[in-house]
Amino acid sequence: MPLRPTPEVRGLARALAASAALAGLLATAACGARAGEETVATESCVDTSGDTVKVGSLNSLSGTMAISETTVRDAIALAVAEVNAAGGVQGKQIEIVAEDGASEPTVFAEKAEKLIREDCVAAVFGGWTSASRKAMLPVFEDNDSLLYYPVQYEGLEASENIFYTGATTNQQIIPALDYLAETGVESLYLVGSDYVFPRTANAIINAYAEAHGIEVLGEDYVTLGSTEFSTIVNQVKSADADAVFNTLNGDSNVAFFREYANVGLTAADMPVMSVSIAEEEVGGIGVENIEGQLAAWNYYQTVESPANTAFVEAFKAEYGAERVTSDPMEAAYNSVHLWAATVEKAGSFAVADVQAAADGVSFDSPEGTVVIDGDNHHVTKTARIGEIAADGLLYTVWESDGPIEPDPFLEGYDWAADLAVTE
Amino acid sequence: MNRFLQTRAGTWTGFAAAALVLFGLAPLLLSGFRLGLLAQFLCYAVVAVGIGLAWGRGGMLTLGQGVFFGMGAYLMAMHLKTADAEFRGGPGAVPDFMELAGIRELPAYWAPFSSPAFTIAAILVLPTAFAVLLGLAVFKRRVKGAYFAILSQALAGAFAILLIGQQSLGGFNGLSRFRYFFGFTLADPVNQRMLYFIAAGVLLSVVAVALQLRRSRYGELLVAVRDAEERVRFLGYDAANVKVVAYAVAALFASVAGAVFVPIVGIISPASIGIVPSIMFILGVAIGGRASLVGPVVGALAVAWAQTALSEQFPSAWTYAQGLLFVLVIALLPGGIASIASVARRFPTKRTQVEAAA
Repeated sequence: MPLRPTPEVRGLARALAASAALAGLLATAACGARAGEETVATESCVDTSGDTVKVGSLNSLSGTMAISETTVRDAIALAVAEVNAAGGVQGKQIEIVAEDGASEPTVFAEKAEKLIREDCVAAVFGGWTSASRKAMLPVFEDNDSLLYYPVQYEGLEASENIFYTGATTNQQIIPALDYLAETGVESLYLVGSDYVFPRTANAIINAYAEAHGIEVLGEDYVTLGSTEFSTIVNQVKSADADAVFNTLNGDSNVAFFREYANVGLTAADMPVMSVSIAEEEVGGIGVENIEGQLAAWNYYQTVESPANTAFVEAFKAEYGAERVTSDPMEAAYNSVHLWAATVEKAGSFAVADVQAAADGVSFDSPEGTVVIDGDNHHVTKTARIGEIAADGLLYTVWESDGPIEPDPFLEGYDWAADLAVTE
Repeated sequence: MNRFLQTRAGTWTGFAAAALVLFGLAPLLLSGFRLGLLAQFLCYAVVAVGIGLAWGRGGMLTLGQGVFFGMGAYLMAMHLKTADAEFRGGPGAVPDFMELAGIRELPAYWAPFSSPAFTIAAILVLPTAFAVLLGLAVFKRRVKGAYFAILSQALAGAFAILLIGQQSLGGFNGLSRFRYFFGFTLADPVNQRMLYFIAAGVLLSVVAVALQLRRSRYGELLVAVRDAEERVRFLGYDAANVKVVAYAVAALFASVAGAVFVPIVGIISPASIGIVPSIMFILGVAIGGRASLVGPVVGALAVAWAQTALSEQFPSAWTYAQGLLFVLVIALLPGGIASIASVARRFPTKRTQVEAAA
């Protein structure tokens, strides 16, 4: 079945060559910087001459992450309203430009670039999954802009252009392990979703366990969104560990805890320590399936402090009495106030000035005072272990002695020497 | 108009107009950011041209083009990551994400990708060869219609799950943070425009190839197989081979699109190649009109543009608007946007007929 060479074929072969040549010509005629050469950084277009300054709010408002990230958007909006009510930043009112990350890393990158280059925002607040942060990181570095990222994550990262207001591993996972060790746990079973956070967390847990004489009896991963847990839960049951460390994310938790209760396991005989279950998620799982289980965070709605009472009251007044506040929401709320305080201290909205002024900036947040570390752009945080109660809220059963300094590369832990890689 | 475009002079005029818009008007009128977005959409359009060939002309509903798009994208990303690591740490250096995942030595299958020539060859050959093998296995057994569609979709799902499990390919997060593209700094706006020109050039070339295939004897045979496979077989042709060629060409287009997509967007992850993105590719083609040549291009650009424009305008409600748009097009323009001219022509004719009857 040979192709018959028709005039069109020859003509189009020429067309093909012509368009390729045209593209090649234009491409070489417009050659920019090569590797190693200094590039002309894109000029910042942030306009601070008017009465208002724009900031971006970039969260997934559609897709699988929408249920979690819309709560963060609400917290950011609340904090901006508070800053504006108190007179704004540098006397200027803050205006939010909201964008939808659509639960897709590529969309996060696209919208981040749009916010920086088209809307000329002074800073962006948002992101949730590590994939979304990794996708946005080069955008913020290339355009020299600022991202405030409000969710606990797997650590091992520090960018000049990102402020991490959620916990890194030494402010959440290691305190959770310390707590379990203190309560006499000698063996663990690890269950997690198959992506970077659970894998990194479990690498840390394994190293910790080896150094502290804890036995890890099993380590299982399921794909994100998986709801089939009968095999894993039965393995957990027969392994008979002292506790389960759960790094599952999203819907999988619902299926896992239902199956867990179904085979007759309770918090009394094999407690589950979770790092991704907050107030929002408890309702979805069903309190009856999860009552008495443990969680590790830095903030719960029930934390007793004047700042938290004010935060919870303001949030419920704005969004409804049935709504709850959670750790990522609180971290997002803090991030706006921290940015405003840094700009006030710097006396400027410019990225370089904000970066230079960041060290030591503090905020009396609902979880306690948080202070920015100028070296790694993380914040000090108090670790708290919470127990899920019948009313669907979490109550602190243990907390660290004061705020813990952020250590994203775990440089202060000898047993973690093989894990930590500095860039 | 349509008849004119089918003449030789018309073809040249069409290409010249497209080149003028893509190489002249767009870079003049659009900001750097918008031009980058357009470059990204052009990559989707390249995939769409391939689907137009396989589905529109060949009747194969390929619900899994994300597989080939992903192959091209990951192959390119592997080169960018190794080149990047070598630039910072010398030969054999481990890309940054591997260091974080605790991988201390470059896996053997990564090593050849430090060569640009090998990478480009792999992008052209691997997905095409995979499509040929798969096509032979499927079409020789006369699997077609809905069975083929389900099979190709399952493949996309499986491919995404497979990648999520590969820590040495970035797992769920995928590969990102590329600094250089064949030695050029990606952060430089001038180089970003160069990438746009490459994407535009690829699209024009791909359309030219598709046009040539449509007008050749092979193109007629492909339509014949679509409409009456049994008869073609009785005439002595091997219908499976005819289908394999179209399927492989569509795979090649998708792979090239993926390879160009990576430096433009700066990230490739399983989220961009699984079942949902594969269906989005098909949606663009369906909306544009699968059987025409420019229909898939127009559809892919329209769907991507609508998604961006609507989500910028209504961040929390845009998915409803997009759904409504799909329903309207499917209900009112079953032949896609490309059929809008013929539909518009039909209406007055009907009215004249009614008037004449009255």
